[in-house]
Amino acid sequence: MAPEQTSTSPAPDLTTMGEPLVVLDGVNKHFGALHVLQDINLTVHRGEVVVIIGPSGSGKSTLCRAINRLETIDTGTISIDGQPLPAEGKALARLRADVGMVFQSFNLFAHKTVLENVTLGPIKAKGVKRSAAREDALRLLDRVGVANQAEKLPAQLSGGQQQRVAIARALAMQPKVMLFDEPTSALDPEMINEVLDVMVSLARDGMTMIVVTHEMGFARKAAHRVVFMDGGQIVEEADPETFFTAPRSDRAKDFLSKILTH
Amino acid sequence: MDVIADNLPAYLQGFSLTLRLTLYAGGLALAIGLVLAAMRVSPLRPMRGFAATYVELLRNTPLTLVFFFIILVAPRFGVLLPLDFIGFAVVALTLYTAAFVCEAIRSGINSVGIGQAEAARAIGLTFGQTLNQVILPQAFRTVIPPLINVFIALAKNTSVAAGFGVVDLMGTGRRLATANPGGVTWVLVGVALGYLVITITLGAIAAQVERKVAFTR
Ligand SMILES: Nc1ncnc2c1ncn2[C@@H]1O[C@H](COP(=O)(O)OP(=O)(O)O)[C@@H](O)[C@H]1O
Ligand SMILES: [Mg+2]
Repeated sequence: MAPEQTSTSPAPDLTTMGEPLVVLDGVNKHFGALHVLQDINLTVHRGEVVVIIGPSGSGKSTLCRAINRLETIDTGTISIDGQPLPAEGKALARLRADVGMVFQSFNLFAHKTVLENVTLGPIKAKGVKRSAAREDALRLLDRVGVANQAEKLPAQLSGGQQQRVAIARALAMQPKVMLFDEPTSALDPEMINEVLDVMVSLARDGMTMIVVTHEMGFARKAAHRVVFMDGGQIVEEADPETFFTAPRSDRAKDFLSKILTH
Repeated sequence: MDVIADNLPAYLQGFSLTLRLTLYAGGLALAIGLVLAAMRVSPLRPMRGFAATYVELLRNTPLTLVFFFIILVAPRFGVLLPLDFIGFAVVALTLYTAAFVCEAIRSGINSVGIGQAEAARAIGLTFGQTLNQVILPQAFRTVIPPLINVFIALAKNTSVAAGFGVVDLMGTGRRLATANPGGVTWVLVGVALGYLVITITLGAIAAQVERKVAFTR
C-alpha cells in the first residue's frame, strides 16, 4: 500500500520503497488493567517515513518502545526485515543494533564525550576498529552539525545539540530503521528546527523512519503517511495533507482542533 | 597501659589477622556482591529472584548464626570445606557481607537514570556491556561511600570470629584479658585502637572520595 502522493510530500522512491521492513501484526499489550496497545496492525515499508500522532497517553511511546523491545508485548508479532523480534539475549542485541532510537530526553551517556557516545555502539556491538569508528563518528557529527563539539561532555551542549548527537549515535549503527519518540518535545522552541532539519534530510536520503511527533511542519515536509492513535488503537491513517485538512474520524478532528488552537 | 606495650607482638599478630580477614572477606564479598547486583537488575526473572532471596536471607540473619551454619550445619548436609576456623570465618564473613555489597551497588545502579540503560540497549549493547560500559562507571561515584560503610562494618564484624576460636584482634584481647585480670580495661582499649586504625583509615578514604565527587559534579 504505497502512500498517496501529494504536492508537499516527498515523492516516494519506488525503487527503494515497497517491501515491508517493520511489520506489527495483531499486537496487544497491557500495563496491568490498562490495554495500552489494542490489536495494532502496522506495516512500514523500506524508505517510508511514518509519523505517529495522537493525544498524550494514547500509547505512541509504548508502540515505539515495543518495536525495539524495550517493552515486551502480550500477543501478536513484530518483525524487522522479516525477522521476528527475539527474546532477551545476544540475538535481541543484534536486532536492536538495526533499529536506531532517538528519545525525547536524548539519553546521551553522561560520562562519555560526544565522540565516545557515537563510537561506543560500533566498537562494542559491531566490533568496528576504534580508528574506523572514530572516522565514521566524526563524519556523522559533521553531518548533524556538531563536529566541533566532539570532545565535550553531553552536559556542556545545548538540548538541540544533544539531540543531534543522539541522532548521530543512532546512525552510527547503520540502522535499517530509525525510531523517534517526540524528539523535539523537550527542546526550547528555538532549537526545534535544527533537529527537525536533520530529520528531514535523513528522510530525503531515504531512511526508513517512524516518528512520534506533533510537529505538523515535519509531517507535511517529510512524512509519507500519518498514523493517528487514540486510546491504544490506530484510529486513522492517511497521507499528511489529507489527514491534516480532511480527517475522517471524529477523534482525529477533535484532536487536531485542540493542537491547532494552541 | 603497660599491658599494651608488653604484649605488642601479640597485638600486632591479632591485628594482622583482623586486617587479613577484612581484606580477604572484603575482596571476595565485593566480587560476589557485584555478581549478585548484576543478577538483581538482570532481565531474567529467575536471576533476580535468586539474588533477592539471597540478599534478604543473609541480610536478616545475625552474623553469628551464619558462622554457626557454616561451621556446624553445612557439614551435616555434606558440605565439607577443607578449611580451618580462619577459613570458615572468611567464608561466613564473605557470604554475609556480599548481601550488603549487593545492596550498596544496586542502589548506585538505581541512581543512574533508566534512560541510560535504555539508550545503551537501543544501540545494541548486551546486558553485560550496558552494565560495564554505561551503568557501573556512572554508579561508581555514588557507590563508593556506602560501600566503604559496608567495609567498615565488615572490619568490626570480623571480631565475631573470635567467638569461634580465631585469634584475631578480638581473640587476642580475650586471651590477654584472661591472663591479666587486673588490666582488662587497657587490654580492651588496645583492642579498640586496633579496630580504629582500620575503620578510621576507611572513613578517611570515604571522605576523600566524597570530596572528589563533590568537585566533579
Ligand atoms: N511502564 C508503565 N507502567 C504502567 N503504565 C504505563 C507505563 N508506561 C506507560 N504507561 C501508561 O500507558 C499509557 C500509554 O503511555 P505512552 O505509550 O507513554 O503514551 P504516549 O506516548 O502516547 O503519551 C499511559 O496511560 C501511561 O500512563
Ligand atoms: Mg510518549
